[in-house]
Amino acid sequence: MSAVADPVTVHSLWTMAAESPDKFKAPDIEYGQLSPTLIVLGAAIIGVLIEALLPRKARYGAQLFTSVIGVAAAFAAVIGLAVGDYGTSKARVAAEGAIAVDGPALFLQGTILLVSLVAVFTFAERRLDPVAHGNHVDSFAAQAAAVPGGEGEKEAIKAGFTTTEVFPLLLFAVGGMLVFTSANDLLTLFIALEVFSLPLYVLCALARRQRLMSQEAAVKYFLLGAFSSAFLLFGIALLYGYAGSVTYGRIADVVDGEVAEITPALAQTMGNDALLLIGGAMVLMGLLFKVGAVPFHMWTPDVYQGAPTPVTGFMAAATKVAAFGALLRLLYVVLPGLRWDWRPVMYGVAIVTMLGGAIVAVTQTDVKRLLAYSSIAHGGFILAGVIATNKQGVSAVLFYLGAYSFVTLGAFSVVTLVRDAGGEATHLSKWAGLGRRSPLVGAVFAIFLLAFAGIPLTSGFAGKFAVFKAAAEGGAGALVVVGVVSSAVAAFFYIRVIVLMFFSEPRADGPTVAVPSILTSSAIAIGVAVTLVLGIAPQYFLELAGDAGVFVR
Amino acid sequence: MENLIGWLVAAPLLGAAVLLCGGKRLDRLGHWLGTLLAAASFVIGAVLFLDMLGEDEHHRAMHQHLFSWIPVGGFQADVAFQLDQLSMTFVLLITGVGTLIHIYSIGYMEHDERRRRFFGYLNLFLAAMLLLVIADNYLLLYVGWEGVGLASYLLIGFWQHKPSAATAAKKAFLVNRVGDVGLSIAIMLMFTTFGTFTFGPVLEATGETSEGKLTAIGLMLLLAACGKSAQVPLQSWLGDAMEGPTPVSALIHAATMVTAGVYLITRSGAIFNAAPDAQTAVVTVGAVTLIFGAIIGCAKDDIKKALAGSTMSQIGYMILAAGLGPIGYVFAIMHLVTHGFFKAGLFLGAGSVMHGMNDEVDMRKYGGLRKYMPITFITFGLGYLAIIGFPGLSGFFSKDKIIEAAFAKGGTEGWILGLTTLLGAAITAYYMTRVMLLTFFGEERWRNAATRSPNAPSAEPAAETRGEHAEPHPHESPKSMTIPMIVLAFGSVFAGGLFSVGDRFVHWLEPVTGHDHGDSPLSATTVTLSTVAVLIVGVSLAWAQYGRKPVPVVAPRGSLLTRAARRDLLQDDFNHVVLVRGGEHLTRSLVYVDHKLVDGVVNGTAASVGGLSGRLRRLQNGYARSYAVSMFGGTAVLIAATLLMRAV
Repeated sequence: MSAVADPVTVHSLWTMAAESPDKFKAPDIEYGQLSPTLIVLGAAIIGVLIEALLPRKARYGAQLFTSVIGVAAAFAAVIGLAVGDYGTSKARVAAEGAIAVDGPALFLQGTILLVSLVAVFTFAERRLDPVAHGNHVDSFAAQAAAVPGGEGEKEAIKAGFTTTEVFPLLLFAVGGMLVFTSANDLLTLFIALEVFSLPLYVLCALARRQRLMSQEAAVKYFLLGAFSSAFLLFGIALLYGYAGSVTYGRIADVVDGEVAEITPALAQTMGNDALLLIGGAMVLMGLLFKVGAVPFHMWTPDVYQGAPTPVTGFMAAATKVAAFGALLRLLYVVLPGLRWDWRPVMYGVAIVTMLGGAIVAVTQTDVKRLLAYSSIAHGGFILAGVIATNKQGVSAVLFYLGAYSFVTLGAFSVVTLVRDAGGEATHLSKWAGLGRRSPLVGAVFAIFLLAFAGIPLTSGFAGKFAVFKAAAEGGAGALVVVGVVSSAVAAFFYIRVIVLMFFSEPRADGPTVAVPSILTSSAIAIGVAVTLVLGIAPQYFLELAGDAGVFVR
Repeated sequence: MENLIGWLVAAPLLGAAVLLCGGKRLDRLGHWLGTLLAAASFVIGAVLFLDMLGEDEHHRAMHQHLFSWIPVGGFQADVAFQLDQLSMTFVLLITGVGTLIHIYSIGYMEHDERRRRFFGYLNLFLAAMLLLVIADNYLLLYVGWEGVGLASYLLIGFWQHKPSAATAAKKAFLVNRVGDVGLSIAIMLMFTTFGTFTFGPVLEATGETSEGKLTAIGLMLLLAACGKSAQVPLQSWLGDAMEGPTPVSALIHAATMVTAGVYLITRSGAIFNAAPDAQTAVVTVGAVTLIFGAIIGCAKDDIKKALAGSTMSQIGYMILAAGLGPIGYVFAIMHLVTHGFFKAGLFLGAGSVMHGMNDEVDMRKYGGLRKYMPITFITFGLGYLAIIGFPGLSGFFSKDKIIEAAFAKGGTEGWILGLTTLLGAAITAYYMTRVMLLTFFGEERWRNAATRSPNAPSAEPAAETRGEHAEPHPHESPKSMTIPMIVLAFGSVFAGGLFSVGDRFVHWLEPVTGHDHGDSPLSATTVTLSTVAVLIVGVSLAWAQYGRKPVPVVAPRGSLLTRAARRDLLQDDFNHVVLVRGGEHLTRSLVYVDHKLVDGVVNGTAASVGGLSGRLRRLQNGYARSYAVSMFGGTAVLIAATLLMRAV
């Protein structure tokens, strides 16, 4: 941005003064501090090359290997940065002010990477679907470009094709999310948003079964996502008009009234509060869409239901983490001076989100839609922590995100196991008596549901407690009351599923529980382990989140 | 020496633990162990007593602080003991009579295969009762109070294979709960009023507390006493409690536990002294119960139930005396001790008779037994003479003092109470003579009772079901049973005199309870003469009715009062109509409210959430366009709200 700051002197119509070479300053890129993102994006590019260069049979193994190594290495880089105090004392803004490297960024990046690693496992699962023409297949379409039900599809299935492109798509999305949580200017924010959204749109369309529904979901997601991106972008433009900059720090300075210089071209608009308020609200809306807050939530159930379940799990967990990370940074870094304006508004959003999610979930009959509404309600709970506007609020939200994402991923992984002839049996009536027929799967799912409901000794309780405590200390007592009421409503439908699984007679034509490979098993096991560890001994992780609770500006 | 106090409780408690947890291998020796530990407790008590006698009479109270039980902020509950003259009297009575009854039970329960457990319960009872009387605060007293309730429940229902015993145990437990609630409320009131439960501070602070609060505490304590001591209106359980083995009736339901209410009121004397209304309630309860119990005692044909009515009546005397304030406390306790001897002796005698009569309890099927069980006859006879107040025996001294004290209350109240106690004495003489005549004198009705009317309706159906149609062979009981009876007979004869000569008992207890002679309108001699006169009237009436003419084996229909008295003066009918039916109505209406209102609110909320859910769900129509509208509208609201916030 600094390159265009100086007005260029125009000598004539045709010529202009050449800038002296020494005035051009190469951008200073801190590669070390950006390494997590760079590693993931690098792995994604390798994935693309694999698709281009390797024979079909060899791609699956190579992709899986690359993805796991890439994500794991990126996670190691995050740990390295955190150990090197980049989260606390050495927190700084890198890449010419575009990327923040601080506690919340590193914590959320670490969470996203761990979740993604588990998501890679569920993406790679090939034991659940029946063997098609001698080939083990995964949850993704044989050939995405083939018309559903057409000849092309049949041939692709017969040939045993699989869409191994899902791995680089996943990695690109992860790279975008990593930037999203740490974006320190609005343009980077927008670009990161698009970088992680576009692969997700594609992934949503790739279901092997019920492809039409999957494609419909993807189109809806894309349309509405584009719609919200437009709002976001418009909001960015307005904020630029207000502050003369898209950098978080500069905007915050202007909001605080510490503006140093007024850009001549923007002299008319700078400092105009209407621009700030409208622009801020629009940017907020773009982020609330990704979070799935009411009334921007309507894509959630349709997309969660239509997308391939591994993708749903990944989206529900990682997208939520990334979007809340960006939301926190926007509200705590850019708009803290405006909090008396946005707090009441967000208050209202949080209330309708908690109540709306919980109430509508009561009448759902499909497991995936149920979990979608549950994720909306949980978004509302996390918003309560965001509204706390204190350090505990940040820490509580960080902890909650970590806890919630593993529960969600685990729950969707269990959903992939319950199958009948038509693929996954997601209608709740088919889950009757499941806990009796498959006690282990029933028990695991029950643990996840109890964690969703926030029962003590699960991570859900620790998270909810931390968030509500922070909100209460932040003066949002009424919000806590609404939160508890919605938790009670939510507990009803979670426990109803448990009752259904364990206290109903199994149906004769009920679904079977597929025996997964080590991949999904470990994904579920990790989910259970994190849920119980964070529930029984949350102190270490609460402290970790507490240490990571300060943003850099 | 003070460190010994805790062992009073510890010894029987240890016995209870060993006997109840020890298992079958203790079956052969368990009863000896239980008896030994009861005796050990008595020896400890005796040692402490001798030690106490050596002290100056105002410095006799001993204290032992064991540990802090519940130290929470201002709430300080300790396990600490206080052994003063009042507690010591109880300790000696409980351990002394308790040991004798342990010995008696060895013989009485010989053929019961659960004898070990029986002794475990007896030891448990001793431990709880001792804890009750040596606790130095009301909370610990409450522990003992509940402990004796538990032991009583377990022992009444000891023969739980009999439905009647199980029901009786349950009844005793439930009725006692009512009283226990009173005690717990009293303790709570004490804590809010005085900030402590310890006897010392509570009783010293009564002077500075409003009378209203003290009256409330006093009434709650009275409720507690009514429950435990079977006083009107919580008297109904005692008669049924006779379903327990006879030694239990003697120890718990005659000599010790049922007198806990008297202890409670005497111990809390300072509270009652400062709350005259509560005292009036106490004497009223005592007076009513003393007549009530006596009337029941007249009508019962079951020997144990007759004695139970008598117990009720005698405790009525004690409660009445305790309600008189400093005039009566000492005599309440004195009568309690002498009653402990003679009533325990009478019950043991009754047990001995039943033992020899194939467990027959109907006195109409006794008669002329004096020849067959001479020791039982003599000891029972001495107990009889003591209870009716035959001059020179224990009961004479203690009851006479209560009657004097009642008159000494002064005023109209004094006259009413005095005449009531005299009337009670007459009825006592009547019903006890009746028991005596029916059992030991007259025709030997048991001889051909079985053959004469095998199908005759029996007043005691239980006897019928036992199938004892064979003619009983009355015989004297074994030594283990007769020796305790003899010891108790000595107590019945001499205790009163021993206590009264030189006002020994008054001097002994006075430092704790205080004493006041009151202002009697009648001279002591007049009272004594009247007592003897009514005694003669009562005995003569009974002799006229049961001694002169033969007694029918099947009870005649009798007058309305007799029939009512046979039904315990309709106490159960009253309870059934008022409490059971009333309770049912109450619960039914509560259930109705719960169903219609509470559930209505809950279900209504759930239904409205469901309905709202269904309606909101329709908004999710699957069209991307309407989703976009929702987002657009949401954004508009968001912006408008933000601007509005700024504008406000």
